[in-house]
Amino acid sequence: MTPRQKRLTWILVGVALVAAAVGLVLFALKNNVSLYFTPTQVFNKEAPQARNFRIGGMVEEGSVQRQKDGLTVHFKITDTANAMEVEYKGILPDLFKEGKGVVAQGKLNEHNVFVAEEVLAKHDENYMPPEAMDAIKKAEEAKAASGNATPANK
Amino acid sequence: MSMSEFFYMNGYAFYVWGSYGLALLVFLVEIAMVRNRRKQALRQLRLMNDDGEAA
Amino acid sequence: MAINWFKYSAPSTFYGLAGKLTPWFAWPAAVLFAVGLYIGFFVAPTDAVQSEAYRIIFIHVPASILSMFLYLIMAGYAALGLIFKTRLSSMMASALAPTGALFAFISLWTGALWGKPMWGAWWVWDARLTSELILLFLYLGFIALQASIEDPRRADKASALLAIVGSVNVPIIYYSVQWWNTLHQGSTIKMTGTSMHVAMQQSMFTVLVACWLYAIAVGLSRVRSIILEREANTQWVKELPEVKQ
Repeated sequence: MTPRQKRLTWILVGVALVAAAVGLVLFALKNNVSLYFTPTQVFNKEAPQARNFRIGGMVEEGSVQRQKDGLTVHFKITDTANAMEVEYKGILPDLFKEGKGVVAQGKLNEHNVFVAEEVLAKHDENYMPPEAMDAIKKAEEAKAASGNATPANK
Repeated sequence: MSMSEFFYMNGYAFYVWGSYGLALLVFLVEIAMVRNRRKQALRQLRLMNDDGEAA
Repeated sequence: MAINWFKYSAPSTFYGLAGKLTPWFAWPAAVLFAVGLYIGFFVAPTDAVQSEAYRIIFIHVPASILSMFLYLIMAGYAALGLIFKTRLSSMMASALAPTGALFAFISLWTGALWGKPMWGAWWVWDARLTSELILLFLYLGFIALQASIEDPRRADKASALLAIVGSVNVPIIYYSVQWWNTLHQGSTIKMTGTSMHVAMQQSMFTVLVACWLYAIAVGLSRVRSIILEREANTQWVKELPEVKQ
């Protein structure tokens, strides 16, 4: 092997080793690298019990209830399989909406209600003008309506 | 769309213009840095040349 | 007809070539920035969910893409310099580092200004944001390492190793939104296409091309200064008209 090939080999071996090491570390830390737990993970007791953690999913449709004090909000975070009751006192971000993504940080209380200290909105990577959004919504409603008309036809 | 409406960005003016303002500033600073580096390098070389001729 | 590419890998030839090429990248960059932002602010419609705040994407995504690609190019040049001992490759790596660092900084800054009104937080320690911050630190580490070692050849060697090892971070940034739960949304540009209205796409891609041209122009001008600094003792540098005058 020429010195040049030798250097190239060492570099390739080095990068492969570092990549493997980083990959293993990240795999081992999977839960720590992830920003939040899903409601299903919380039900399966994979989330920490006494400590603060984050829970993420969708705000369940029709679950948002504002208390009379104007600050306290109750809602449910769902991953469609399980839903988690959340209580939060404070200002919600502009994009907080039923059916949209949300990440809340806090702790479970004794009634299995997640008491949040911070609520963040999570948006998706789709960008479109309002008219296009309306058109998609209408198409979905039409589809849902026709689906209901023939429920047994699967 | 009026001028003031455009600059208002529906209430997000600080965030939108803060982003583009900083990006522009970064580009201008980098261009100035690159020009300055060339000036410095050339000045250094001319000094070396003058020294060489004097010796 | 064969072009002798190795001719251009000599700093003395490349110095002149880079000088001639720079304006051909700089001026189109300025024009495309103007066109891209015109489309972004006057043609692209408002977003249904994020209203006007989404317009930050036209600089945020191109800056992020450049910060990642420039790192890989920088690491590639550093590796070439390490393996083939070509002086110009190492100089190119040092010339690209500050530009890459600045794009990473723009990406983080615009991301924070976008995150605050939309998510409700300037910063979260999710995998996407954290790995991009590490990218900025890798750039700064590369620059600091070069500055701290007096002998340019040893500096090139040490910083090349850092650059090569650090390139593991780039795929992590890219795939972070798929591998882990993050607050950051998924990629708008995918292999299968984009999830964006046409005028928004046009603006983003135009600014992206402008950023590329800008980075090339700045990199070429910077490498010219680096060549002058490192080849200061050679005869060809002493005989340059801009030095002689």
